[in-house]
Order: sequence, then structure tokens, then C-alpha cells
Amino acid sequence: MGAVNVWSELTGMLGDPLMQRALVAALLVGLAAPVIGTYLVQRRLSLLGDGIGHVALTGVALGWLVGSFAGLAPDALAIPGAVVAAVAGAVVIELVRERGRTSGDVALALLFYGGIAGGVLLISQAGGTSANLMGYLFGSISTVTWADLWLTVALTAVVLVVGVGLRTALFAVSQDEEFARAAGLPVRALNLAIAVVAALTVTVAMRVVGLLLVSALMIVPVAAAQQVTASFRRTMTVAMTVGAVVCVGGLAITYWNDVSPGATIVVLAIAVYAAFALARPAMRRLRGAVEREDPHPAVDDDVQLALGGGR
Amino acid sequence: MSVAVRATGVHVTLGGAPIVHHVDLSVDEGEVVALLGANGSGKSTLVRALVGVVPVDRGSVELLGTPLGRSVAWDRIGYVPQRVSAATGVPATAAEVVASGTLHARRLRPPRDTGRRVTQALEQVGLGALAHRPVGQLSGGQQQRVLIARALVRRPDLLVLDEPVAGVDVPSQRAFADALTTLAAGGTTVLVVLHELGALAPLVRRAVVLRHGSVVHDGAPPSPAAGHAGPEHDHVHPHDTADDDAAALTPRVGWEL
Repeated sequence: MGAVNVWSELTGMLGDPLMQRALVAALLVGLAAPVIGTYLVQRRLSLLGDGIGHVALTGVALGWLVGSFAGLAPDALAIPGAVVAAVAGAVVIELVRERGRTSGDVALALLFYGGIAGGVLLISQAGGTSANLMGYLFGSISTVTWADLWLTVALTAVVLVVGVGLRTALFAVSQDEEFARAAGLPVRALNLAIAVVAALTVTVAMRVVGLLLVSALMIVPVAAAQQVTASFRRTMTVAMTVGAVVCVGGLAITYWNDVSPGATIVVLAIAVYAAFALARPAMRRLRGAVEREDPHPAVDDDVQLALGGGR
Repeated sequence: MSVAVRATGVHVTLGGAPIVHHVDLSVDEGEVVALLGANGSGKSTLVRALVGVVPVDRGSVELLGTPLGRSVAWDRIGYVPQRVSAATGVPATAAEVVASGTLHARRLRPPRDTGRRVTQALEQVGLGALAHRPVGQLSGGQQQRVLIARALVRRPDLLVLDEPVAGVDVPSQRAFADALTTLAAGGTTVLVVLHELGALAPLVRRAVVLRHGSVVHDGAPPSPAAGHAGPEHDHVHPHDTADDDAAALTPRVGWEL
């Protein structure tokens, strides 16, 4: 393929209004998902996004059911239903976690199975089939409308304002809840903010990668980033960059090859993870050659050595 | 002189068990008070109740003249929880952990001069050079010092520390004692939970001893019980609340009055 061909192919892709909307949606989701993912990884709740995603499926079916009763187009209320169910599910998980009665592990398992079963059950009540749920499970970015795009812009703005604007406060409460409480910080409000923003992120990303892979977009870029970073802030920035690049890149690939956008994006993210994992020892060696650091902390010996020169 | 901490008839119940009962404690501004007691005597639970981490069942707590709650001047209070590790899932530098200490009830975003204050706080505990290291790479004692810097960064008038030197290496203990001496000389009120006085002995004029959840001694620091004395006897007891609860069933008396 010559340079002229590549150029015309690219302008062809960027000139397609359908593709334009899809690319903008993918870029926004790629930026927003790792923001909240960073907090989830920090609190060791990597699977929370998955739990919320499953609950959102019940919300989709519920919206579908209400829509059919109200005589609307069957999927008109699917996304609002998903938003409501995801937020409600996230708040419940947070309250259960706070009480500490049920282990987080069991609570997540209940959500996974309850969410899927509820979705399938309700969609059949609404006169639909499980096939109607497939678009939500695996994403349907090629059908993004202007209304969808504006909703995505608004939700992304909320996620970024809360997730980046309150970074130090959310870091404090995720890092050491006891200290945050003793500093008088509104711990419950901040925890709920993380849960609600995670729920909004899930519903935003649902369109791009589908509910089954939403969590991957939140977690994998963070997992990749933290292999090459030392600070929380840098981890978040690198994860956002990785998220944006794999979302836009993955979507662009599907313009020329007929493959699932959601799956392509997630596979790309995992490839970045693998590349960073391979690059890590090399980067360490590069840094070591400059600093020649002793990995042991500089601490005096605790014991008296009979013969001098223990170190 | 006004009172920094005033606890009246405090009861704390955790999981149905009365951990702390009938505790009256008042600490004047500028005082350095050690809270002593055997494992499971309730001293950790008491300070956690004083700073609002666990709920007070009965009785009242006033911090810097205000009843416990949102209206307390939290920006003037620094708390150092008992901790074995400061590392979490995502890497964070020592400076970032310390910066989170600038927040309190009325401040959800760090102030403008955070960078300078973080550097100062880390220098106070002798970790200025390690500000940009991930806390996961620091030794246990250095991590504990990071947590102390996190309490110091807001320049507190009242410092509450829970076993700050348990399981901490000797240089970190020394750095900690130096920092605390400077702060106390500058008028900071210090309430510190200790297993034994150790390096802080010269600083502590008053000790409160807890046994079975209530105060059994309040006055000059007592001498340690036989078998717990001498510099060669080095206690290293990093433990969490679960251990405390278990130890409460078989109380040991570590202090002779």
C-alpha cells in the first residue's frame, strides 16, 4: 500500500460520520475508564467493575421491560435503566463492604450471577430474547447516535471532574481509610463517590467494549502502567494514555478488518501490558546502570558484629 | 492552660465486647503523655475512639475544646495509626502519601504550598532524600516514618500516635525520638501509645496505664515489670486489632505500679 493510499484510507475513515462519532466515544471512554480503575486497583477491588457490569445488564432488561409497557421503542430506556441499576448496585456493594458483614468476594459473586440471571429473565418478560442483550454484552460502538455521544460526553466529564479533581482526597480514603476518618474527611461520601463514578464509567464504556469487557478497560491499562511507574499520579496518567491509545487504535483496526471492536481493544490493552512487562527489566537495568542503587534500605545493623566489616 | 484532650466516662464496645470502660483522661496543651499497657489492655482502641475512628459507646470526648464531630479543628490534629505496611495496590511515592495528610474535614483539595510542606515534613523525620521513592520499596521503619510525616505535614498542635516505634529499626526510632523532642519543645501536645518507653523515656513526664480496659495508673512513668526491663529486652510486636482482641482473653500485666 503506497503512502497516498494510506492517506486516502485514513481520510476516508475520518470522513465517515459514523466513524467520527465512534472514535470520539472511544477516545472519551479510553480516557475515563482507567481513572476510576486506578482507585479500584488501589483498594484491591479490581473485580468491582465486573460486578457492576453484570448488574447493569439487569438494568438494561428492566429498561427494556418498562419501555415495552410504556409503548416506546424497545431499547429507548435501556441505557437509563443501566445507569440506574449500575448506580444502585454500586451503592449497595459499598454499603455491604462498609458494614464488613459479607466478605467482598461473596458479595461480588452474588452480583455476578444475580445480574446475569436477572437480565435474561427480565428480557424474556419484555418479549425480547437473549440475543437482544448481545449488543450490550459485547458492545455496539458502530451504532453510536448523536444522543449517545452527548450522553457519553456528559458522563465522561463527571468521571474526570470527580476522579481527577478529587484525586488527593480519593487517594487518601483508598490508601488508608482509618487515617482519613481520623482527619475528619467525609469517608462515606468519598467511598460512595468512587462507587457511583465506577457505575457511571461502566455504563459509558458499555457502548464501546460491552458489559463483559468493561472491567478490562478499567483495570488492564492500570495494571500495565503500574509496571513502569513509581507514583500514583504517574500511574493514572500513563493508564489514561494507554486506555485512549488502545481504544482509538482498536476501533481503527475494525474499520479495515471485520472484527469485534470491544474484543480488539481489550486484546490490544493486554498486548500493551505484556510489552510493559517485558520492558520492565530492561528499564530497571538502564536506570541501575546510571545510579547503581543498593536495593537494601540504608539501615544500620541491629547486631554487634565481632569482626568488623560486615558490609 | 486549656485542655487538648478531655475524655469523660468513655466506654467503647467492639463486636459486643466492652474493650474500654469508665475512662477519664485529660491532656493539657503542651503535655507529653504516654499511654501504656499490656497487649489487649485497650490502649489502641482508646486512642482510636478519641480520634473518631471507632465509635464511643457512652461518655464524651472533646478535642481542642470541641466535642468529637465534624466541627473539631481536624487541621490541628495529627494521627499516626498503628501500621505494619503503608504500601497499597497502586504504587505511591512517600511524597504522595504525605501530601494526603494536608486534607481534613474542611479541605478536600491540597493547598498550594503542599510541595514545600511535604518536603519539610519528610525532612523532619529524616527522609528528605526518599521523597520520590515508592513507599513499597522502603523498610518498615521508614514506612512508619512516612506515616508520621503525613501527620506532621499539617503542622498539628495535637499529635496522637499509636505504637509508632513497634517493630521499627533503631535509626528510625532515633529519628522519631529527635523529631518528637523538637515538636514537644515547640509546644505540641503529644499523646502516644507505647508498649514501653524506650527511646522516648526522657520526654515522657506523665504516663497513663490501662489494664483490662480501664485506667489503673495516672502519673509519673512507672518502672517496667521484672523481665521487661533493661535495654537488652527488645519488644517487637507489630499486631493488629484482631490480635488485640485475642490477647484480651488472656491478659498479661506488663507494668508494675
